[in-house]
Amino acid sequence: MARITAGVATSHVPAIGAAIDNGRAGDPYWRPVFSGYEFSKQWLAAAKPDVVLLVYNDHATAFSLDIVPTFAIGCAPDFPPADEGWGPRPVPRVEGHPELAAHVTQSVIQQDFDLTIINKMDVDHGLTVPLSLMCGQPERWPVRVIPLAVNVVLYPPPSGRRCYELGKAIRRAVESFDDDLDVQIWGTGGMSHQLQGPRAGLINQEWDNRWLDRLIDDPETVSRIPHIEYVREAGSEGIELVMWLVMRGALDPRVRVTHRFYHVPASNTAVGHLILENDG
Amino acid sequence: MALDKPYADIPGTVIFDADQARKGYHLNQFCMSLMKPENRARFKQDQRRYLDEWPMTDAQKQAVLARDYNRMIELGGNIYFLAKLFSTDGRSFQYTAASMTGMTQEAYAQMMLSGGRSPEGMRRAAGQTSPEDR
Repeated sequence: MARITAGVATSHVPAIGAAIDNGRAGDPYWRPVFSGYEFSKQWLAAAKPDVVLLVYNDHATAFSLDIVPTFAIGCAPDFPPADEGWGPRPVPRVEGHPELAAHVTQSVIQQDFDLTIINKMDVDHGLTVPLSLMCGQPERWPVRVIPLAVNVVLYPPPSGRRCYELGKAIRRAVESFDDDLDVQIWGTGGMSHQLQGPRAGLINQEWDNRWLDRLIDDPETVSRIPHIEYVREAGSEGIELVMWLVMRGALDPRVRVTHRFYHVPASNTAVGHLILENDG
Repeated sequence: MALDKPYADIPGTVIFDADQARKGYHLNQFCMSLMKPENRARFKQDQRRYLDEWPMTDAQKQAVLARDYNRMIELGGNIYFLAKLFSTDGRSFQYTAASMTGMTQEAYAQMMLSGGRSPEGMRRAAGQTSPEDR
């Protein structure tokens, strides 16, 4: 039987990808960011999951304004890195897990979450930056990945509550898959940041850290935070944090904090990172 | 009945909602077209001519030519779509964000290194209270 063994959360700032790709990860500006992931890389290499269900958002890359799915699952055998306007990142193609993806899709739709099925998709920095942070620069990604894209670009995104409940549905789906697979779920995006308008550059360290505390210990309450609080307190793009709730919903109510990291800034953004494991 | 937009009072912020997306459809789709290298080359060669292939308003085209990102956002642009435009120009998110704040690049970068823009006084326009405060 497949099972969800751990959850990882991380910001997915494009400048982090550019720093890695251009060999600037050791610069004084970037070193503090990457230092927060040294443990994580070793932990992931030891954990050796078979599949990562990677919750992220597409940044107007695979989805233009022609079609904007709220929740979309990648069922393809592989996903090429996207050209976001400066050429594709020099990273490996992302290998999917079509069998588990099909199973999760059918199970989750039957639990009343109407996922959009994607059989062909380029994946942008939202998906590849977390892989780079957790895996470094391998020739081939060490894990298969099922992309789960959440709309957080066109307001309104799904509510935090809906994301949290989707996480629970995904867990039930994974646990009903017959093959013996070690599956992790990753939630990405955030933390506080605003990329637009005269209010750009907003960072709220106090709110971010309190949100992390509560995501760990009291996810039920965090899942009920309305969108407006994210926008006011964590900036217009801080609303990406609802995606971390999909990850949290797929774990036990009580979790063990294996790793926690927070740093300001990476470009315009507060970087947050968690590794959570079920407490048994 | 009009939709509730509790975010309308947040200073210096335009939320990309369904109304903005409707206004900005062609502006944003123009930006998407710049994900192809051949389109980037053609746009750089003659920007006005390339823009005229899109059913955008003249105000939107002027804002693109002026690289006035606040104006593009006001006219329905979204930052992730506009990213294709500033990437075509070889500009970063931080460069573009700074340009929208009226700060110099150096001052903006220094603000971020010092912990970013404080939310104090930035949660809502001065003198406004919101339904969630009551």
